Amino acid sequence: MFPASKLIYTLVKKDILLEFRQQYSFYGVLLYVASTIFVLYMAMGQPEDMVWNGLFWMMQLFICVNAVAKTFLQEGKGRQLYFYSLCSPVHFILARMIFNAVLMLLMNGISLLLFNLLLGSPVNHFFLFLGISCFGACSISLVFSFLAAIAARAQQNAALMAILGFPLIIPQIMLLMRLSSLAFTDVFQSGLGTIILLLACFDIMIILLSVILFPFLWKD
Amino acid sequence: MLRKNWWKILCIIFLLYTFTAGFLGPVPAKPILNETIRNLYFHVAMWFGMMIFFIVSVIYSIRYLRRNNPADDIYAVEYARSGIVFGILGLITGSVWARYTWGDFWSNDPKQLGAAIALLIYLAYFVLRNSLSDMDKSARISAVYNVFAFAMLFPTIWIIPRLVESLHPGGMGNPALDTKDIDSRMRLVFWFGAVPGWTLLGVWISTLHIRLHLFSLNQERHV
Repeated sequence: MFPASKLIYTLVKKDILLEFRQQYSFYGVLLYVASTIFVLYMAMGQPEDMVWNGLFWMMQLFICVNAVAKTFLQEGKGRQLYFYSLCSPVHFILARMIFNAVLMLLMNGISLLLFNLLLGSPVNHFFLFLGISCFGACSISLVFSFLAAIAARAQQNAALMAILGFPLIIPQIMLLMRLSSLAFTDVFQSGLGTIILLLACFDIMIILLSVILFPFLWKD
Repeated sequence: MLRKNWWKILCIIFLLYTFTAGFLGPVPAKPILNETIRNLYFHVAMWFGMMIFFIVSVIYSIRYLRRNNPADDIYAVEYARSGIVFGILGLITGSVWARYTWGDFWSNDPKQLGAAIALLIYLAYFVLRNSLSDMDKSARISAVYNVFAFAMLFPTIWIIPRLVESLHPGGMGNPALDTKDIDSRMRLVFWFGAVPGWTLLGVWISTLHIRLHLFSLNQERHV
């Protein structure tokens, strides 16, 4: 195996192992997802299609801020220094992004399940929606992985991440909402390919920028 | 550049020309637009200024990351500040114009949303800066955010308005202005009066802030 990919694999494995050892934080996020969706259910009952769609994506956003913030913010200075001496920043941020994407995919699945259970299931093409939501969850987690790295350097809480991230994520969320609204109707809408292409370009750009910029955040 | 005078005189001449030709000069009579077409000299020029200052700001941020010179950070932050001021003015002039042509100050048009997003992003830049007390760290982290935010924002305001429907002039093609609506006299005032005039004014304001900022930095060093 390629040394770089092996290194990244080890780092991702380390993150997953840590997650298994410190299960309270994982369950914390899980409970956050469940209780927020329950509150939504109490407030909204079973909303219309577009409201359902909007609520789902807003939920993804809030889950992402909480789930991704935790991975960076729970690391102390000592542990960061330890990683610093072990591996290169590029490997570190790539591993973090992969781990966060996996975490978000999991949370995405759980919240989709709970949404269907509590808020009704207006989605006509379930697998199309599932695919779009997985794609979206990965995109959002990439952006917030980098922003969490910034917020962690600023020794701030998740609030700073929300301030930094929400304006940046609006275009992507709006594109994702447009894309996922296709799963509610049987009418074919044009422009689907362009939106997917645009979102994919965003993702590639975010990964490239993180690889370029993260080394500057890293050194202290 | 900071202390030279010729471009300041040029700036005043450009702006005087913009104001006289902009308010008194002939404009094509268009339905709905009528005399509000003169807003081109003020509103659109604000957006040109804002984009130029944000681009200058990000260039200085990149320079800061490469060379670690505190002056570069001061240039970046002051140009971002001027960009925000121009952005707010652009939003206000645009809303007033929209009140008379679209019937409402705010109608959730993609371009209005893009402008609001841009302002939120750069306001967040200032929150991030001020949340860090260590100057060197604050400069480096906010430079990283500036580059990241810039790279995320500019595709948004250049590509997405071209994909969605909008009431804004120039719906197809250039999102900022519709070249079919303006004639050659207006084009002259716009490109040789408004855009350079307002941009130079913004540069002037920024350089004053930069000089003040650099001065206080030197004072701190000597204390």
